[in-house]
Amino acid sequence: MMNAIVAQDSMVAGAEETAAPILRVRGLKRHFDVSPPWLNRVLERRPRQFLRAVDGIDFEIRKGETFGLVGESGCGKSTAARLAVGLYAPSSGSIEFEGVDIGPLSRKQMAPLRSRMQMIFQDPYASFNPRWRVSKIIAEPIRVFGLLKTAAEVDARVAELLTQVGLMPADGDKYPHEFSGGQRQRISIARALASNPDFIVCDEPTSALDVSVQAQILNLMRDLQRQYRLTFLFISHDLAVVFHISDRVGVMYLGAMVEQAPAAELLRNPRHPYTRMLLDAIPDLDMSGRARTPVSGEVPSPISPPSGCTFHPRCPHANARCSVQRPATIVTDGGGQVACHAVEEGRI
Amino acid sequence: MNNNKTDGGTDSGALLDVKDLRIEFPTRRGILTAIDGVSLRLNSGEILGVVGESGAGKSLTGTAITGLLERPGRIAGGEIHFNGQRIDNLPAEAMRKLRGKQIGSIFQDPLTSLNPLYSVGRQLIETIRTHTDLTPRQARARAIEMLTQVGIPAPEQRIDQYPHQFSGGMRQRVVIALALCVNPKLVIADEPTTALDVSVQAQIIELLKQLCREHGSAVMLVTHDMGVIAETCDRVAVMYAGRLVEVGPVQEVVKQARHPYTRGLMGSIPKLGDEVEHLVQIDGAMPRLSHIPKGCAFNPRCPYATARCREEKPEFAQAGQGEVACWLWDGVNPATDPDTLFAEVSQAQRAKKQMNAVRPAPKTSVQNCGQEV
Repeated sequence: MMNAIVAQDSMVAGAEETAAPILRVRGLKRHFDVSPPWLNRVLERRPRQFLRAVDGIDFEIRKGETFGLVGESGCGKSTAARLAVGLYAPSSGSIEFEGVDIGPLSRKQMAPLRSRMQMIFQDPYASFNPRWRVSKIIAEPIRVFGLLKTAAEVDARVAELLTQVGLMPADGDKYPHEFSGGQRQRISIARALASNPDFIVCDEPTSALDVSVQAQILNLMRDLQRQYRLTFLFISHDLAVVFHISDRVGVMYLGAMVEQAPAAELLRNPRHPYTRMLLDAIPDLDMSGRARTPVSGEVPSPISPPSGCTFHPRCPHANARCSVQRPATIVTDGGGQVACHAVEEGRI
Repeated sequence: MNNNKTDGGTDSGALLDVKDLRIEFPTRRGILTAIDGVSLRLNSGEILGVVGESGAGKSLTGTAITGLLERPGRIAGGEIHFNGQRIDNLPAEAMRKLRGKQIGSIFQDPLTSLNPLYSVGRQLIETIRTHTDLTPRQARARAIEMLTQVGIPAPEQRIDQYPHQFSGGMRQRVVIALALCVNPKLVIADEPTTALDVSVQAQIIELLKQLCREHGSAVMLVTHDMGVIAETCDRVAVMYAGRLVEVGPVQEVVKQARHPYTRGLMGSIPKLGDEVEHLVQIDGAMPRLSHIPKGCAFNPRCPYATARCREEKPEFAQAGQGEVACWLWDGVNPATDPDTLFAEVSQAQRAKKQMNAVRPAPKTSVQNCGQEV
């Protein structure tokens, strides 16, 4: 593919580094086989079935940037995130991390890259071993990747990490259950930072937290990003949070990327009817009394998605073409991309 | 036992009147006071929002009103009056009759409040027949009518389906239908939209508002989502560590909050279109029930705290059209614009700090935590 630009070593600090994408995803698909068992298929003549969790998405994330992914539950956000760090193998398409396609890599080949990507999950408690002390949890990536040699070095590093995320070095001796939700999320950020990663996937990191705690975590993430030039792939269903933290935002619907654009542009000038619908659905804190466009319907099943544009049954602008032909992605003047027949034809 | 929150006597027309409610949990290490002197009034047809962080006692207040408080929790003080009748000391059987018929409940997770083994229709019909004397046939017709009202397509077919056959939003609609099927006077909705996507959330909020308008029911909406509150409620009560800190009309609380906690809470919400580097942040976390600070419970996190806040528990004072429990408002003209008041207080603080600037000033602004301890 066209990866000439990223072939150079992007660890070299320089102006061109800003432009080079750290992650480039092309035509990424991930289908899960949800067929009935073989015997049922034979006896009851039932066909094979596939759940198209991610069905052909393209995006790029530049170094030091935050790319936000939004969409309703079941639209494939989390699957896309797991694909990006190699937790799932893609069904087709490519994921290039600094120019290297990680899809076909073996475990061994992947190992050096692994330490450079990390993940923060929604429920930190579920991603901790409850019987490990916090220091052991945070030191795990250091141990696994063999980053530091002596125990003293590891201890010092853990203390440093704990301080960085706003906890006390003494907290390392405690167990996860002794912490509140926000503190646990801090621990999981410390663990993610332990291997000095460049790229962190954050899957709904603040969804389980109160707004006040969410603000603390978002501020912390932003500070750390500035400090270490981290690149984030940030997933949330909360649009206000995503727009706050992201430089670019992608909107997913039933496994497809329907629109992506710089955050401010997407907010100011949403093109896709689905993006408009999502933005409209956000409760109005300003109480301007603006009438909300009633949103109708729910996300259809990804096992049997609607034909053509998958959004057409809920779309107020749908016509005959929308129900037959899947829209191609076109580039908009605001530096975004949108996949919609109505936008392409200039109907909206 | 006379909290100055309520005005006038018991029968002043309020549908729900909670007076100086106190809920305790006796534990081996002593008694934990989960709700400490909460007083609330709710009129017919009114939607009251109750907000606060997790653990503030929002849900517990709702549970106490419905009489579903679980042991060892107990109402240790105060009274709950519903429709002129005292209900906090009703025997279980009488309370059971009241619940469902007069007071409906909607919970956060619709799957756990529906019985997975019974069809949706059976649960609706059972509820309707328990509280009315409709025949099975009439009850079924009523159930279908309710499902239509909450916007479930093809209710005649779906009534015989089981909860797992419904999506999250549809299940929540069923739960709403269940809560409203016998026209209760009061609905306690505990985080009804938290588990739902924004698009579906908007539908559910709209539905709840519309149904209450039609049925004339009062709603106590417990949520931590300020956006939902702003869209739905007439009045808002803000809770912190088991106490009420501010009560007032929604406009005032959302736009011109008078308590430092409410102001922090509002500032910490990311707003669309506001490009700020950092969100306003309230440092620290809500205290545990066993370690509620002396004086105002918010004082360790409050940038405006004074010696008095650390010693004396603030009483409710009139501020704007609402009331606030904060010493800053003590003796201040209630009509004062909160922005002006807070600007003055911060300025006075700064001036004082410059006067005795022996050491570098500790951080006062609600910003910048999490970097060093």
